[in-house]
Amino acid sequence: MISKRMTAALAGATTLSLVLAACGGNGGSSSTSSGDSVKSLSILDYYNNDPDKALVQKGLDSCATKLGITIQRETVPGDTLIQKVLQQASSKTLPDVLMLDNPDVQQIAATGALAPLNDLGVSADGFAKGIVDATSYDGKLYGLAPVVNTIALFYNTQMLADAGVQPPKTWDELKAAAKKLTQPGRYGIAFNANATYEGAWQFLPAMWTNGGDETDLNTPQVSEALQLWVDLVQSGSASKSVINWTQGDAKDQFVAGKAAMMVNGPWQIPALQKSPNVKWDVVQFPVNKAGQTPTAPLGGEAWTVPLNKDQAKQQKAADFVKCLTSDENEMAWAKARFTVPTRTALLDQYVKEVPSMKAFTEQVVNARARTGKLGDKWPEAAKVIYQAIALALTGKSSAQDAFKQAAGG
Amino acid sequence: MAHATLTRNDAAASGRKPARRPTGRRHRGEDLTKLLFVLPAILAMVALFGYPVVKNLLMSLQDYSLRTFFTGEAPWVGLKNYTTVVKDQLFSQAMTNTALFTIGSIAFQFAIGLALALFFHKKFPLSGVLRSLLLLPWLLPLIVSSATWRSILEQDSGILNRTLAGLHLINEPVPWLNSPSVALIVVIGVNIWIGIPFNVTLLYSGLSEIPDELYEAGQLDGATGWRAFWYITWPNLRAVASVLLMLGVVYTIKVLDIILGLTGGGPANATQTLATQSYERSFVDFKFGEGAALSNILIAISLAFAVLYLRGTRRAADE
Repeated sequence: MISKRMTAALAGATTLSLVLAACGGNGGSSSTSSGDSVKSLSILDYYNNDPDKALVQKGLDSCATKLGITIQRETVPGDTLIQKVLQQASSKTLPDVLMLDNPDVQQIAATGALAPLNDLGVSADGFAKGIVDATSYDGKLYGLAPVVNTIALFYNTQMLADAGVQPPKTWDELKAAAKKLTQPGRYGIAFNANATYEGAWQFLPAMWTNGGDETDLNTPQVSEALQLWVDLVQSGSASKSVINWTQGDAKDQFVAGKAAMMVNGPWQIPALQKSPNVKWDVVQFPVNKAGQTPTAPLGGEAWTVPLNKDQAKQQKAADFVKCLTSDENEMAWAKARFTVPTRTALLDQYVKEVPSMKAFTEQVVNARARTGKLGDKWPEAAKVIYQAIALALTGKSSAQDAFKQAAGG
Repeated sequence: MAHATLTRNDAAASGRKPARRPTGRRHRGEDLTKLLFVLPAILAMVALFGYPVVKNLLMSLQDYSLRTFFTGEAPWVGLKNYTTVVKDQLFSQAMTNTALFTIGSIAFQFAIGLALALFFHKKFPLSGVLRSLLLLPWLLPLIVSSATWRSILEQDSGILNRTLAGLHLINEPVPWLNSPSVALIVVIGVNIWIGIPFNVTLLYSGLSEIPDELYEAGQLDGATGWRAFWYITWPNLRAVASVLLMLGVVYTIKVLDIILGLTGGGPANATQTLATQSYERSFVDFKFGEGAALSNILIAISLAFAVLYLRGTRRAADE
């Protein structure tokens, strides 16, 4: 409490001295000279568990050393980050550098809390387009993601070989494979269809690959994708429990040998490596018809700079974010955390060094950001999506009517 | 409970009562001293109850969103939040579910609690140990109970379905939490399980307060078994029962953690209540004004029951 007040007082004093400096001398040089006076930055993120916590710390430390500053990092559990940010916003104690899950960036930017990075000399040239869409709002860049992830189809190589099944490339193949791989005590496929944003996120590869669009959910393309989920569950190839499962549950089923395939992300790889008897590989999510491009949603976190009256500090924070996305740092983070670098020029080199990330890297190239089209309206569309999934999978609605019903029509 | 002891002791206490009555005029200073003693309690009440309630009321009349936290601006919108939440397609379902959840939970908690209390009131070996074991559900953190029940009720690998299948009672696994028609009943069932210890404890202590002489006298008049329960036990338990039911309504109507832990309001909104809806609007959708409006509706319903209860007990005390 006291320390917070002290920080506020200090911040106030710094602002005052800056104003005085600006009044007294030439404004041009003051920004660079006062930039050197910034000795530390506060950082908030949600990588609160190892190994991620320590790995991220490494990346942060390397940039701190490069910029000649110290950092005060605070980590909170993922589901409490936004609440923490809201508390800090109302007490005006936001950190200098703030990490946000990429679909939240536009919502927070819309409140006017973040500094536009373009004005601070940060650009997103050379980044994968999808992720830049997610961290831009109203044509301005508000955050940068050093690495991204996405979801694809994991499969148990042993089980597929035993059943004589090839990794599926189309939905028909997927359904046939799932059916063939289903045995007593084992489902062909596991995915997460629960009524949360996570459930909506897992549905997007099917929806987007089939040409469905979140701006109009009442299209055949979208309901066909939902029909795929319904078919997998009703044929018994996937458990009815998918409506309660999280992605972690899907991973647990896969690791326990109770599912032969699963839709999941590369952040599960460390857990999979802990059970070496499960042999697996990854392919992109199958397409409905030949000629379609597998399109998955982009995940990952962006680093942003909350608005700060202390111009020097704000500039330093922007430089820090820029440093986090340097080639070197992106590669280091991607390799350590099984994520994909956001600078497209790095991708070939990356796949060469980490072959197990091949499918994910391919998938990232065409991946889309959830907030790319709807911006801060995305959460409303996501809600309609996950409620429609629940209605269809519980048989309360057909896949054709589910989206209309979920939207309240 | 207080009321029960009062009626019981009335005859004995009536002789002493006038002596306790305040005598003559009081000093102003004395009044002030009394006030000072009460002041901390009043301040605590205002700070801990008054402020949130008033803030919640104001919030429900404002467009209180994510933006508000950053800009501090929350424009007044009158009753718009209330009309929005009432017109929502989920409102009537949430209302029905809340009513079913509350009435179902309380009826069974009370009935089972009463049966167990009567059972344990009979002296038998180990009754004390069993009674304390019975408290377990109440001692567990709700989030632990709901997580445990969730794994028990899991459709494919849950222990309940496996046991039932092992006993050849079912051919196919029952979708305890995955079917909209079953989930609400299951959620109510788990809440009943959690509420039984509280009911047993209060009803048991109510039973212990009934003097044995009443039963002895009743026996002479031929009141045994059911008749003894109906003419002696029940009338003497009524005060405890009404407190219990009243507290039950207030506790149950706002239950959130159990539902969130078991089903999160699903599947397909089958277990949405006013409380889960209020939570969702505030902390998932960040529409804090609408969340506040829903929770005020909840508070109003609780208040209505509280008023009914107070009027009921006042009448009983006047008799």
